[in-house]
Amino acid sequence: MSVRIETLVRRAPGPESKVLLDGVSLDVPDGGFVALVGPSGAGKTTLLRSVAGLDAPESGHVVIDGRAVEGLAPRERNVGFVFQNYALFRHMTVAKNIAFGLDVLPRGQRPSKADITARVAELLTLIQLPDLGQAYPERLSGGQRQRVALARALATRPGLLLLDEPFGALDPVVRRTVRAWIRALHDQLKLTTILVTHDQEEALDVADRVVVMQDGRIVQDADPQTLEEEPATPFVMEFLGESLRFEGQISSGQFVPNQAHVGAFDVQSLSDGPAVAMIRPHEVRLHAMREDGAAVRQIGVRYGLIRLSVNLGVRTVEILQPEPTASTFYDCGVQLDIQEARLFRDGKLARAAQEAETGQQHEMVSAI
Amino acid sequence: MKHAHNTTRARAIDPLPGFRFALVSTLLWVGLIVALPLTALVMRPWQEGIGAMTAALQDSRMFAALRVSFVSAFLAALIDVPLGVILAWTLVRARLPGRRVADALIDLPFAIPTAVTGITLATLYGPQGWLGAPLARLGISIAYTATGIVVALMFVGLPFIVRSVEPVLRDLPPDLEEAAGLLGARPWQIVTRVVLPALLPATVTGFGLAFARGIGEYGSVIFIAGNQPFRSEIAPLLIVVRLQEFDYPGATSIAFVLLVVSSLCLAGVAWLRRRVARGLITGAAA
Amino acid sequence: MTAPVLNKKNLNISRWVLIITTYIIVGIMLVLPPVLVIIEALRDGPYAAFASMTDPDALAAIRLTLVMTVASVAINSTFGVLAAWLIAKYRFPMRGILLMLIELPISISPVVAGLVWLLLFGTQGWWGEALNRMNIHIAFAPAGILLATLFVTFPYVTRTLLPLMEQQGRDAEDAAMLLGASFWQILWHVTLPEARWALLSGVLLTTARAMGEFGAVSVVSGHIPGLTETMPLHIETLYNGYQSVAAFSMATLLAIMAMATVSLRSVFESRAHNVATGEHDA
Repeated sequence: MSVRIETLVRRAPGPESKVLLDGVSLDVPDGGFVALVGPSGAGKTTLLRSVAGLDAPESGHVVIDGRAVEGLAPRERNVGFVFQNYALFRHMTVAKNIAFGLDVLPRGQRPSKADITARVAELLTLIQLPDLGQAYPERLSGGQRQRVALARALATRPGLLLLDEPFGALDPVVRRTVRAWIRALHDQLKLTTILVTHDQEEALDVADRVVVMQDGRIVQDADPQTLEEEPATPFVMEFLGESLRFEGQISSGQFVPNQAHVGAFDVQSLSDGPAVAMIRPHEVRLHAMREDGAAVRQIGVRYGLIRLSVNLGVRTVEILQPEPTASTFYDCGVQLDIQEARLFRDGKLARAAQEAETGQQHEMVSAI
Repeated sequence: MKHAHNTTRARAIDPLPGFRFALVSTLLWVGLIVALPLTALVMRPWQEGIGAMTAALQDSRMFAALRVSFVSAFLAALIDVPLGVILAWTLVRARLPGRRVADALIDLPFAIPTAVTGITLATLYGPQGWLGAPLARLGISIAYTATGIVVALMFVGLPFIVRSVEPVLRDLPPDLEEAAGLLGARPWQIVTRVVLPALLPATVTGFGLAFARGIGEYGSVIFIAGNQPFRSEIAPLLIVVRLQEFDYPGATSIAFVLLVVSSLCLAGVAWLRRRVARGLITGAAA
Repeated sequence: MTAPVLNKKNLNISRWVLIITTYIIVGIMLVLPPVLVIIEALRDGPYAAFASMTDPDALAAIRLTLVMTVASVAINSTFGVLAAWLIAKYRFPMRGILLMLIELPISISPVVAGLVWLLLFGTQGWWGEALNRMNIHIAFAPAGILLATLFVTFPYVTRTLLPLMEQQGRDAEDAAMLLGASFWQILWHVTLPEARWALLSGVLLTTARAMGEFGAVSVVSGHIPGLTETMPLHIETLYNGYQSVAAFSMATLLAIMAMATVSLRSVFESRAHNVATGEHDA
């Protein structure tokens, strides 16, 4: 099932009416796995609930499989939804929970008892809990509950699976295995999946496409690699992982940081003016300086890399270096080489490659 | 699923089914059983004109009855406060024998129908009663006096105090008392400076509930009260008397005043409670 | 260095004073009355007590009380569940006012609760005369007793259900809705099973209050023995007629019925509490 979202607007109820969704548009192709990420309050859960029909936007459209679904009751939309806290029915057994969507069908459409039992058994096998059909949700671990909630959502064979922070309540180890398992399930059942999470690592790990949201808007919608290489705004860059930020100026094809101990680097075809360079700690290179270098100190280890603290005078930054190179800098001063950095201008990525656009951009900047 | 109809349903409607049905049923229920009769109560006094209403309001017997009701309810609730706090404390803190029985007995005044309470207390405190006879020898008469009203209302109101205070006391960590002791506080200082202030908001709530219940109480009071006009006649009883005289405007105006004054009293108690609770929070912060 | 010892001694003395005070309060205020009811009922022996119950008026009163209790519990529970569902699961304008109206009857004197029905259906009431001409009798008839009982027991089911339903939130209902359940299926298979102990508790509270209601019923009943006298009213009639044994026998029966209901309720209440805290753990 494909999903198309067209300029959804949703305000919070009440007099202050904070905008939850500010004209959001999004396309999810059939078979796609899209993750919505963003800080809390970004509007990602509201967007997901709008697709399910749990939330009614004020304007805009949700189109599922080419059909606008406004006014269509949630149960007529053929979506599976997994809630953040699973929302399992506590007074029903696991099997009853899974069968619920079939049990409540009108008599004419309801499968026979035997068929429902068979379907439940099939799903229990699918979620690798074949023997727990008669258990009550209370007895299950977090990961098991999560899988039961998934099986319940899948029982009616929905084409679209919506997951609202499904890993939030799990401990980190379980989380990683469940994540991989859901991705495999998605591929196996040829589902279309939309996942909401505030964990960027999870999103990058599991989804084909990641949609970064902020203040009710989509900031960037791209595959994980593009997000990493060309983040649209400094916010995306910061949200997707630890980053260092250096203000500076571009003049005659060079970015010159306003910061001592940080080296300038060449930028092609970007016009002169202020800019911001942002870089991941492991992308920073160090050059040993004979005199007037910044002092370096080891403060720890992460992912087999050495964490170094570099004293730049007005501030201290932390970077990551492979072990053999790191130790060579302890006795001398260093200069930071940040030529891997992404450059931002006016809150947007400054694209070095497209010369024609750069000209336009320059015009716009000078117009402002 | 089959037909892609363009529904004209309003977008803001909650998708959870049943809203309209539940709303209509609830409004019907509330409307017929609460709103409609209370509308009659509010409108009826003015039906015979302002003059009739003001005449009815100048009835001195009504004022006496209202005074008896409010004063008795206030006194009973006030006396219940120390009794209720002591009961709550022993139930929570002292591991005394018969604690479970006592705990169950606290709810007795809730459970026993008011008419049963009424005839029982009247017999118990009556001139030949188990308690009435020895008290009479001491020259104290309770039944058929205004004191009897207070005794009946004390019985009815006691559980409100205990059940309001008890959960707060249970949640009050014992280390608080131990800490105060280690800091050198004497037992009475611990009680007056640490325990009682923490219980104050709940006590005020319990007092308010007992007071409100006492103002309107009828069944448990009329048997023991003696019901002498101007002295031991409570306002609800006067309503009944007026109704028996087919004086509907008179009955309604008493009911109306009773309703207004008790609402004001409850609002006052709610205000006091908020004040006390706030004082407690700022006091703790200071 | 002797200070702590002194403290301990003081504490012990005040502790014992408190404990003895407690026994006295409980003894006089809470133990004596029920004991007196039973002893007064058995004053002329168990046979006399039992015989007083088989009097036709007594039997009629018991029957009327049972019918009124069942009817008002059925009506108020049904609508009370719908109202609790409405208020707990939806947000809509005037919700607070609706809740206030539902809770209002608790703070209204029972006598006033009876009076309001006379204002509508009494001989001097708005519609009493007209209905009488159509031969419909509400005041001084069982219908009036039912209305008065409904008013007095109005909020209890909603009030006991509401905190639990609000705590449970709406995820389970949303999940059921997405899985295709209709309103009745959600209410019957999802919401009520999770709130069943609270519902039972509310129903029992309504039952106890309905059986024992005196003031409101007294105003609208007209006290016609055998026809419009419920058990509490019959107790009053007997007591005022100096039939002490019969009055206290009926009182014993009514008190046992009400107390059994209430103690059953406290059992369910602790169950409901366990369920609620179980949810916290989950």
